[in-house]
Amino acid sequence: MKLSILTEGIFKNNPVMKQVLGLCPTLAVTTSAINGIAMGLATMGVLMGSNVAVALVKNIIPAKVRIPAYVVIIATFVTLIDLSMNAYFHDLHKILGLFIPLIVVNCIVLGRAESFASKNGVFDSLLDGIGSGLGFTLTLFVLGSIREVLGSGSWFGINLFGSGFSPAILLILPPGAFIVLGFMMAFNNFVEERRRIGRGGVQ
Amino acid sequence: MSLFLLFVSAVLVNNFVLARFLGTCPFFGVSKKVETSVGMGLAVTFVMTVAGAITWIIQYAVLDRFNVGFLQTIVFILVIAALVQFVEMVIEKSSPDLYQSLGIYLPLITTNCAILGSAIINIQSGFDFLHMLVFTIGSALGFTLALVLFAGIRERIELSDIPYYFRGLPIAFITAGILALAFMGFSGLVK
Repeated sequence: MKLSILTEGIFKNNPVMKQVLGLCPTLAVTTSAINGIAMGLATMGVLMGSNVAVALVKNIIPAKVRIPAYVVIIATFVTLIDLSMNAYFHDLHKILGLFIPLIVVNCIVLGRAESFASKNGVFDSLLDGIGSGLGFTLTLFVLGSIREVLGSGSWFGINLFGSGFSPAILLILPPGAFIVLGFMMAFNNFVEERRRIGRGGVQ
Repeated sequence: MSLFLLFVSAVLVNNFVLARFLGTCPFFGVSKKVETSVGMGLAVTFVMTVAGAITWIIQYAVLDRFNVGFLQTIVFILVIAALVQFVEMVIEKSSPDLYQSLGIYLPLITTNCAILGSAIINIQSGFDFLHMLVFTIGSALGFTLALVLFAGIRERIELSDIPYYFRGLPIAFITAGILALAFMGFSGLVK
């Protein structure tokens, strides 16, 4: 029962593939697998913190001012993550740059606060934060891996194909982000349709 | 001259959506019709310019003076949220026609990362007030240009025969990729 809250965010309600939220960081930082994971984990940290905080104070905040209040809570956690990443992972922080403060306006975080944490208990909200965060991280990791392997011929910085391979640089440039995500979504549609037909659905 | 170069680079070379990936949510969300995309573009241009000016003043007059730069994210997002509310009220009172056409887009703009993004870029690049204005207006016009072009293409896509699994968003993403590729052709314009 509790586990379903966790897995729902990863697959059934995947923030990027299903709800099409949080596109800006998804497209911008996934030039390599490690950048994708870092961005995903930073967002997950904010999601966990804001979900728990919102669940704790949901009964105190008047309904009319809840959105600004949530935004302040989220912005506080983003600032915490921003400053601690700058201190402990300075190189990564430089690469992700602008997109760390922009977690504030990532619709996933506000979306989960409004649609889940404001209606559920603290522990469930924490699970939901972890689930959605993992789903986001997974998508960014896959997208980053595809772009890094095909676009620069390496994975986690390890050269895969030797010197004879000439990578498709297009994929690590901005257009590649759109194109690879488009193909990922088409593939996702394909898999879902197959599974639906497999269960006896009609095409 | 440098102002003109800054403007051209903000509109075409470093296009907000297609090169910097700021504001991609409304880019896919409200680009189904050319008319609505023009409305969204105008609303973003207006809010971005005002928000850019106000956050610039706050950064240098308040945050830097009292040495509380770490509050930047929190203060900026609050300013933008309040500003959007305020603009909505003013437009509703002063120009009902404009409110009719922009009204539905205004609340969406608070979570448009292009607004917060441009405010932060202004500070990080150390622009003075004039450069900040030129850069912000250029970026917003670039956003509008990309949005309207993309909406025009999507109207055509609606009528064409797309492979089954690519219908809807997948083909929209691939189209945006090709549009981004076309915009990369401008990269030699400004060194």
